[in-house]
Amino acid sequence: MKIILKIKRFNPESDENSYFQEFTVEADPNDRLLDALMHVKRFQDGTLGFRKSCAHGVCGSDAMRINGKDGLACKTLIKDLTSRDGDTIAIEPLRHFPVQRDLIVDQSEFFKKFRAVKPYLINDDMPKEKERIQSQEERMVFDDTTNCILCASCYSACPIPENHSAFLGPAAIAQAYRFLADTRDQGFEERLPSLDQPDGIWPCQNHFKCTQSCPRSILLTKRINQTKKMIETYRQERNEKINNGES
Amino acid sequence: MIHQFETIIVGSGGSGLYAALEASQRSQTAVLSKLFPVRSHTGAAQGGISAALGNVEEDKPEWHAFDTVKGGDYLVDQQAAKILAEEAVQAVYDLENRGLPFNRTPEGRIDQRRFGGHTRNFGEAPVRRACYAADRTGHMILQTLYQQCIKNNVSFYDEFQVLDLILEENRCKGVVAVELATGELHVFAAKAVLFATGGFGRIFKITSNAHANTGDGPAICARRGIPLEDMEFFQFHPTGIKGLGILISEAVRGEGGILRNRDGNRFMEHYSPTLLDLAPRDIVARSILTEIRAGQGIRGDRKIDDYVHLDATHLGKEVLGAKLPDITSFCQTYLGIDPADSPIPVLPTAHYAMGGIPTDTDGRVIKDDKGTIVEGLYAAGECACVSVHGANRLGTNSLLDLVVFGRRAGRHIGEYVKEVEVPSISEEVADTAGRWIKQLTDGQSGPHGGHIMEEMQTAMMENVGIYRNEKDMQAAVDQIQSLLERYQQVRVQDSGRAFNTDLLEVIELRNLLDLSLLTAAAALNRQESRGAHSREDFPDRDDDNWLKHSLAHLNGDTVRIEYKMVDTSVWEPKPRTY
Repeated sequence: MKIILKIKRFNPESDENSYFQEFTVEADPNDRLLDALMHVKRFQDGTLGFRKSCAHGVCGSDAMRINGKDGLACKTLIKDLTSRDGDTIAIEPLRHFPVQRDLIVDQSEFFKKFRAVKPYLINDDMPKEKERIQSQEERMVFDDTTNCILCASCYSACPIPENHSAFLGPAAIAQAYRFLADTRDQGFEERLPSLDQPDGIWPCQNHFKCTQSCPRSILLTKRINQTKKMIETYRQERNEKINNGES
Repeated sequence: MIHQFETIIVGSGGSGLYAALEASQRSQTAVLSKLFPVRSHTGAAQGGISAALGNVEEDKPEWHAFDTVKGGDYLVDQQAAKILAEEAVQAVYDLENRGLPFNRTPEGRIDQRRFGGHTRNFGEAPVRRACYAADRTGHMILQTLYQQCIKNNVSFYDEFQVLDLILEENRCKGVVAVELATGELHVFAAKAVLFATGGFGRIFKITSNAHANTGDGPAICARRGIPLEDMEFFQFHPTGIKGLGILISEAVRGEGGILRNRDGNRFMEHYSPTLLDLAPRDIVARSILTEIRAGQGIRGDRKIDDYVHLDATHLGKEVLGAKLPDITSFCQTYLGIDPADSPIPVLPTAHYAMGGIPTDTDGRVIKDDKGTIVEGLYAAGECACVSVHGANRLGTNSLLDLVVFGRRAGRHIGEYVKEVEVPSISEEVADTAGRWIKQLTDGQSGPHGGHIMEEMQTAMMENVGIYRNEKDMQAAVDQIQSLLERYQQVRVQDSGRAFNTDLLEVIELRNLLDLSLLTAAAALNRQESRGAHSREDFPDRDDDNWLKHSLAHLNGDTVRIEYKMVDTSVWEPKPRTY
């Protein structure tokens, strides 16, 4: 079938403003949207900029806004977006990030926020046995959060950064939870300053947009709320207030 | 711009990150990567990482080493295989101690499952040796190593594409790279360089490999006069999603999945009576093709794109959900089926390069049959050839290779750089790379690379695939040579400098063309069948004439082949049956 890709273009070297450009592509309904984008790049317009790598939803390179929803171009099939010949698919870069070229955005802030939560196992004790023993049930508590591929779909879907750009964002918080909920980790207090602060976990208002957009099916909103609970419990036990910026 | 480091690591998958962790503790280190590190293809590895922990049944590193040697059809260097199997145990515990969330046994230990070609007591029966984290073990290894790099403040240059190696008088002095964000050329002078650039499955049309798997490191080495080892051995994974090539982990069969033909028969009973569906990959891939050619594929039309079924319906939703959740999701997304209800249509997919840059067991690059070391140059992971995989790699041994040899190379580099002076480099070191970029972007009109890429991938898939013969492979060599000639006319359409992904793709295409030529020529040269290299015109293994590694030298658009001894110091080569 013939489909039309309506792609938001922007080259900071030559364009003052972004604009939409349409490409007509012959596609199979079972093709991935990424296949159609590759076809444009290889055979129609080599200047089109987008990131890609694994092409099956595990590397996180090709997150973009597809018909107004955030997701991976390689995990979205043409048949899920179109029903008949001549249908149009609108493709834009992720929100809340500076655009570097067409669909390529600058994710350095996103990774900075990820690093801020100390996303690594904190435990200086020598393991008592060869492994740090953990039951399968304990492991499953944080299982879904280990799925994260840092594609930033959730960050783009979240409405909060629009007016609160310093907000940590769903992915970073879920990665904090991934370690806070791991029985082998001892880093709760080390991570607290990045989470329990006005730009940390508290701006989340449970819009659930992150959860809906996650291509890896992580229960982001639930994990954020569980992390809030851990912090509230910790503060209550010490008769301290949470630091959400409200007096 | 010129940068000065002691150690440069090129690539940020499993071996690059592990080497970086080790090297950065001992030397001033930077990692150059064309992708953000967490996008590397290590993250796509699914089923597991093998180590003889013996957590669920008796196992020994010696058995693991033997299986590796036999799995590689005796083209494996046997002392290297022993190192791989012995160091596997501590490597897996190290990853766990650093936070990797392995699946657990009821006692809370690392759980283990079966995988192809891994046996107890030298081939008696399958053994549970693969340590796993659901079906995203590679993702977890990549994440854990990246997390540790963050913790240890490793320096990264993300989205830098390496173009050339600075090699003078047998000494490596650094690399030349182009920065994606600016289009600027950078020289990274260094005492030691490690290539950890991964595989090059994109020479084939149907592959499990990422778009980024274009063999940049091996291609650069080949153009700089370093021969590539055993390039004729390319693994086709038996179970890729029909048409797309997306990997369906061997873990599906490790958990009990069964391959079936159009009559619903478990055809592996005929080809591998002992290991059945868990025979090594080369054997299973050939068996599938043999079934299809005999009209036993699901359609039964004997065509090249006919397929077979991978039946996991009897495993049940619970096992699939707990142990194979990503596979379940791939089937739902790309096929619209639930593997708990319907069999998965599968076909072999180009998966793994056994060959690559020749190294010793410390990752040092070797440039000839006499073992001459290239000073300061290292390689690890899929781009390297130690050789622990020989003519056919066993499942789970690739993740293990990354971790064991990435770590060893990183440690060796840390010691090596203490003993050598900072190399002096001239201003001309970037000239070759500069001329290449200039030619591609000189504004002349020329063909775009897309058609050349397509023709290359089709030629390799059809003529240098699972079954091979002289006529087809000669045709592939001829065609790749003519594509290389056409490549000289290719020009980049994008005249911008910032984020010029067009330029990067045309550079990658050149790398793929060079590696296609080396692969096809090395395959044409080897007149026997061994492991993944199956010739219709030479159907038997020929130890008298061919128990030797090949070293393929690239000279422009021709290939010259030399040979190197195989280390068979532990086990005498025997006929390979399962």
